[in-house]
Amino acid sequence: MNNKLLDFCLRLGDTSLILSHRIGEYCSKAPLLEEDLAITNVGLDLLGQAESFLKYAAEIKGNTTADELTFKRKEKEFRCLHLVQTPNTDFAFILSRQFFMDCFHKLLFENLISSKDETISGISKKAIKEVNYHLKRSSEWMTRLGLGTEKSNEKLQVAVDELWMYTDELFIDNETDIFAKENHIGPLSSSLKKDWSELVTPVLENASIKVPENNLFSLKYGKNGFHTEYLGYILAEMQHLPLLYPDAIW
Amino acid sequence: MANDDQGILWEVFLRVKAGRPFKHVGSLHAYDKEMAMKAARDLYTRRNEGNGIWIVKAEDIVSSEASDGEAFFDPSDDKIYRHPTFYKIPEGVKHI
Repeated sequence: MNNKLLDFCLRLGDTSLILSHRIGEYCSKAPLLEEDLAITNVGLDLLGQAESFLKYAAEIKGNTTADELTFKRKEKEFRCLHLVQTPNTDFAFILSRQFFMDCFHKLLFENLISSKDETISGISKKAIKEVNYHLKRSSEWMTRLGLGTEKSNEKLQVAVDELWMYTDELFIDNETDIFAKENHIGPLSSSLKKDWSELVTPVLENASIKVPENNLFSLKYGKNGFHTEYLGYILAEMQHLPLLYPDAIW
Repeated sequence: MANDDQGILWEVFLRVKAGRPFKHVGSLHAYDKEMAMKAARDLYTRRNEGNGIWIVKAEDIVSSEASDGEAFFDPSDDKIYRHPTFYKIPEGVKHI
């Protein structure tokens, strides 16, 4: 078993999985029906991506399944980024989180298409089409909220400011990144930072949103298995049923 | 967005494939045309229903009034000679 490759797939799978779960929590609560369906569709796309990566992770690990990885792992065994664990504070938070992640996923999957690992490349080829759509949608909403009313601009600025501190983790390298780079499986996370800023900054500026200062928030990261206080609650809800009824099926 | 402002009403038309006519499939609410287009995609095309979308502001559609029904449509009720099938084709006429 290749531990680093497993870790790499878990990071991709878990990040999409937890973001999808957060979006799932929001189902039926969006400000309008059309938006409710649209954001839930994004969540379903992410769940599909998570399933593909976790299936591959299960294959690498051996003797397990994507479901088992999802429902039977402990918090410290998850590798999702902190940003996707943040709560659905309001519509502006949900949209800003999505926008930051869509920009990141776009750059990441564009790169992973040329991965030497055929499975990762295949999943990324399919995912990039979905991500391109997600990004169009979320960047339009950033503009709409930023230039909407004084109140919508203010709420968006608060969300961007609060979530900004979670974005540094996106570009922190650990041993898994170095393994991925050396074996032509994926990029160094740090190599995506400049392009990410170039995607994010013009959208924020056009939306009359001030780009926050880049401050290092934490030295403990989700990709290393250290999580925010939120993840435990997410997993408690997500894993509740399979833990109570281990053999439950649809 | 705490009030009931759901945006304006748009009508959605889909084309099944290139070259086929656009057909009305439903409506939706959105604040602007970009949002309406994306909502149309998300609401009406997730199951391969089509590969082309038109959206039109509902208020831009000029519609006949129900009260005009008698004046507009009833007069054609008893004029079956307006249908080509009313006429007998003389024998020997070709290419029809």
